[in-house]
Amino acid sequence: MFSAMFGEAWRAMGANRLRTFLTMLGMVIGVGAVVLMMAIGQGAEDSVKKSISSMGSNLFIVLSGPPSSGGARSASGNAATLNVKDANAMSDLDGVIAVAPLSMGNAQVIYAGNNWNTAILGTSPSFLDIRSWSLLDGYAFGLSDMRSATRVALIGTTTAHSLFGDDVDPIGKTIRIKASPFTIIGILESKGQSLDGRDQDDTIIVPLSTAQRKIFGNQIPGSVRQIMVQAESDKVMGMVEDNLNSLLKQRHNIREGAEQDFSVRNLTALAKSAAETTKTMSLLLGAIASVSLLVGGIGIMNIMLVSVTERTREIGIRMAIGARERDILLQFLLEAVVISIVGCLIGIAIGVGGAILVKNLTEASIIISLNAITLAFTVATAVGVFFGFYPAKKAAKLNPIEALRF
Amino acid sequence: MTTVLSKNVISVSHLYKEYYTDAGTFSVLKDVNIDIEAGDFVAIMGPSGSGKSTFMNILGCLDKPTKGDYFLDGQTVANLENDALANLRNKTIGFVFQGFNLLARSSLVDNVALPLVYSGVDKDERTARALKLLEKVGLAKHSASRPNQISGGQQQRVAIARALINNPRLILADEPTGNLDTTTSHEIMMLFNELNQDGITVVLVTHEQDIADHASRQIKFVDGSIVEDVRTKISHSQERH
Repeated sequence: MFSAMFGEAWRAMGANRLRTFLTMLGMVIGVGAVVLMMAIGQGAEDSVKKSISSMGSNLFIVLSGPPSSGGARSASGNAATLNVKDANAMSDLDGVIAVAPLSMGNAQVIYAGNNWNTAILGTSPSFLDIRSWSLLDGYAFGLSDMRSATRVALIGTTTAHSLFGDDVDPIGKTIRIKASPFTIIGILESKGQSLDGRDQDDTIIVPLSTAQRKIFGNQIPGSVRQIMVQAESDKVMGMVEDNLNSLLKQRHNIREGAEQDFSVRNLTALAKSAAETTKTMSLLLGAIASVSLLVGGIGIMNIMLVSVTERTREIGIRMAIGARERDILLQFLLEAVVISIVGCLIGIAIGVGGAILVKNLTEASIIISLNAITLAFTVATAVGVFFGFYPAKKAAKLNPIEALRF
Repeated sequence: MTTVLSKNVISVSHLYKEYYTDAGTFSVLKDVNIDIEAGDFVAIMGPSGSGKSTFMNILGCLDKPTKGDYFLDGQTVANLENDALANLRNKTIGFVFQGFNLLARSSLVDNVALPLVYSGVDKDERTARALKLLEKVGLAKHSASRPNQISGGQQQRVAIARALINNPRLILADEPTGNLDTTTSHEIMMLFNELNQDGITVVLVTHEQDIADHASRQIKFVDGSIVEDVRTKISHSQERH
């Protein structure tokens, strides 16, 4: 019985191929859009999550310069108003477990015939702990390297690849940063993209003192533009933020109400809001795509109503030879569901294909999840049943005599 | 509800059918009373608008009377649910139309087998039974054709085969020869005769006297009432007594 009806549905659809195709197209576009948008949205969410977990937890960054830029002021972090002594004082605060002063800039790096422009980061050994950044190979520099400003360097995977290629082991090799030779003692584990889209692996980390003397130069010794601070736990974040502010005000002799020459930013809170934003964007994309699914459903309903009117006589014949209301209902419902399911399958194929295409073209993070596909399939089937029901009910409720006269 | 034990396949008493429109009430059938015995061959005649087609539709469980009783095979039909009526149309009655009413997109064998889809018979048996009936009406070699590939007379034969598929006790035919030429009409009437010989009760509506002459009993409708009821031949059921 059911298989016979399925055959009928196929035949009815085949009788008007262009119309069936166009109706299906609404579903195809709807499902394709949902699958593609969800893949993009989930990809974005995922890359944000990865960036956040690569950042380290419970972090503050203290920047030199005023917190807000008004008038003709250079961007925060440009005037080096912080120094290593500030950093040392911060590490004595309650709730602070690690502090790393940072000095950064770009420089040309040379190994043999290769040269590469990369981000140079001068910092203390605690930086790697704060960022929970481990080494693939080699070892990190220690406090003694800081004191004696040894020319040792840790290299990120992107930089290593650019300078050494795949065949040479960078450990123990000597590179030139600006004019000074540095020995590579460790290779950093890959971190991927940061929240602002930078490649975190395109970097070289050296002891702060070495960076200041040999690479950046021309600076008041010990002054830095950024200090990274890690709090003990999520709970003490508020307290630590207050303490950092009052400590620095006191150390920099800033009166209450006067403009600060530093700013404290809660990186973890920033990251959370970035995650929220992506999540909202992802939802929004899904919602917009769902609208096209709804429109596709309305298209199905429209064409089923036309079909019922056109086939009134056929319905009359079927009723005259013994079809019950539910037989007619099932027949038309099945037709609507078959259209939406076939449309949905094509839509999934196109959505997945589109997602793969976008991934290859833009190298953006795209995640095609089975969940999204199952969801699209379920919703499409539900749309078919929902929008197919009214026309099918209308067909089933026809009076056989009137239907036969049609 | 009430079961009348009799050899009557059809028993109609005090049957009325009225239509309500903005212009007023139209009485199409007025106090129709008739009994039709099992195995009889009845022709219903009358001018257009005399109510004969409406009467036929009520007999065929396609329409419901406004009031009155209709016993089909001893069972009261007047207040049955739609599903029960559909079941009667499917199993007890075979209906043949003037316009054949075959499904254009389906093959002949599928057309003949269609009622069995609604009786829940499986595919292999449906096809086997449909092929047997197509053979009976002389169209076995056309089983895969579409209705528009054969002549009108052949289409009516297919429609008759479809009406027979569930071995009904009663065949109702509403002007079955109305769209056919004289020769073909008489061939179709020969087929009805054969079915009647096999014991199936046949009731048909016609306005042609020479078609009605094939039947054993002729009933004439005028203005919604029976004005004439004559037996022209001994029916097959009576022969057996």
